[in-house]
Formats: sequence, structure tokens, C-alpha cells
Amino acid sequence: MTLPPFERFYDEHKEEIYAFLVRRLGRERAEDAFQETFLRALRAYPKLRHGEHLRAWAYTIASRIAIDEHRRPRADADLPELASLDGRPAFAQLEHLADELPPTERAAVVLRYGYDLDYADIGAALGSNATAARQAASAGIRRLRRKERR
Amino acid sequence: MTPVSAELDRRFRDAAATEHLLDVAYDLVDTPVGLLLVAATERGLCRIAYDAEPEQEVERLAHAFGVRVLRSARPIDPARRQLDEYFAGGRQHFDLAVDLALQADFNRRVLRELARVPYGEVVTYGELAARAARPRAARAVGTVMNRNPLPIVLPCHRVIGANGKLVGYAGGLERKESLLRLEGALL
Repeated sequence: MTLPPFERFYDEHKEEIYAFLVRRLGRERAEDAFQETFLRALRAYPKLRHGEHLRAWAYTIASRIAIDEHRRPRADADLPELASLDGRPAFAQLEHLADELPPTERAAVVLRYGYDLDYADIGAALGSNATAARQAASAGIRRLRRKERR
Repeated sequence: MTPVSAELDRRFRDAAATEHLLDVAYDLVDTPVGLLLVAATERGLCRIAYDAEPEQEVERLAHAFGVRVLRSARPIDPARRQLDEYFAGGRQHFDLAVDLALQADFNRRVLRELARVPYGEVVTYGELAARAARPRAARAVGTVMNRNPLPIVLPCHRVIGANGKLVGYAGGLERKESLLRLEGALL
């Protein structure tokens, strides 16, 4: 699949990425994060080799920016609670192996354990649903464990 | 679900252009001869399209200039302003950078000569060929006019047949007529 013009990528994903950022950060901080997400995507865009998994790619960038935003001091006490990042250290030990997973499993594992998205968001990112996302993530983890043992 | 506000959308599109991250910026410009799709690279104006299907035109621009094509009003503002002035009768010459980098040498030479044909005057295909140092290439000049990437700004409407007939116009003869009438070259 060839890479679509950026206009199409932006137009297809802007609403759900914005909704995702609003859920994670609250509306006020979501606006800056939204702009940063798509500027970062724009910088990296010409380096992409194909047009597959663009949605998961957009969610990955947005999640990373949402995490950075969370780490910044909070200006507003009413913001949603910081999601637990307990999964991260365990994931860090496996991260270097994730590149070898099939694309859907890899995206599911990275988004779940690297970026702490819930399965509904991951399902949305992958164009499937929460159940399929959970299955892809656990299949990926099983595969990683097998690799780690080797 | 909260939709992306028009303001937030505009802010991103502006920032993308301001940070020089686009291969091509484009916007739609409303004129008396219809809605134009106007596109520019960092080097200058690269496309003016009549009756454009934006999605197809955007694909074409991405293919020719690079995938980072985005609708963004700000880089197109100077062209929009000058087109408005032209159609209001207050501008006879466009002062806009153009990007003809993808044109073949001959086409570029012809288009540069075309840009020098003054407001309100007409030349024949043969004359324009002679000015581009290819006096026998009237037919080839016709093809270049037909594929002119920047109609109106590069005034191919001022090029007519040796018999005084308007001959043809990629945007349709009606538009050629109304542009020449606007300039006082046709009564």
C-alpha cells in the first residue's frame, strides 16, 4: 500500500486522535498535544516506506506525547488521573524483541505495555475491537516469552 | 466525542507551513471564473487547477512534489489576494514566485516567455514560439499552453490562433473569453 498524501492521513485520523488525547489529558492539554502529534507525524512522514498501519502509528505518536505531557508538572488539578505505568519496566526488558513480532501483535504489545493504552483504544488503533486487541497482545507476549527463553 | 475545532485545525495547518514541513500547501480560491485549487511549494506557485476534484489533484501533487501535501491557507494568501485584485480590475501583473522546476526545458522557456505577454494584449501561438527561439514550434507551444500548470498567472488565455480565433483553453473557451474581456482585449 503506497503512502497517501498527508492531507488524507490527517483527515482520516485527526478526530479519533484528538478524542484519544482528550480522554488522556483533558481538553485543554489535548489541543497542544494534538498539534505536536501531527507535527511530529509530518516530520517523520516522508521516511515511512509504506502506508500500512498508519492508524497504529498515529496512536503510537499520540501516546508518547500524552505520556510526556503527563510527566510535566500539572497546571490544573482537575485533570484526569495519571494512568498506571506499572507495565513499563517489564516491557522495557522485552522491547528489543518486539521488532520481530508480526505487525499487529507488535502494535498491540507496544501500545498496551509500552504506552499503557486500554484494549478499546488499541482495538480502535488497529481497526478491530477490544477482544481482538487483547488476543493480539497476549499472542505477542507469548511469542516474546518464547523468544526470551531461547 | 469532542470534534476538532476549526480553530485547532487551522492552527495545525498554519504551523505545518510556518515550520516548513510541507512539500506542497494548497487551498481553494473562489473567483468569478469558478473555484480554483491553488498550490505552492516553498519555491513558489506550482499549480492552479480549474474544476479540481481536490482528492485527485492532491494525489497528483503528492506524486509530483512529495507526500507532504496539506491544505493550508496561509502560504496561499498572497496568490489569493493578487487574484482578487486581478479580478476586481485593479491588478495587471502578478508578483508571485513560480515553481517550474518539474517542467521540461522547452516548456519552461515557453512559459517564461508567456509570462511576459502584457495584460490586455494577445499573441499567436506562432509568435510565442518565435519568442521562445523555436519559430516553427507553434503546435508544440499549443501543447504547452494546454498543459500550463498555472493558468491566469501565466496568461495562456492571451495566446490565440493566427486567424484571430481563440482556438482552445484547458479551462474552457468561455473562461478564455471572460478573462480577455476582463482585460479589455475582447469587446
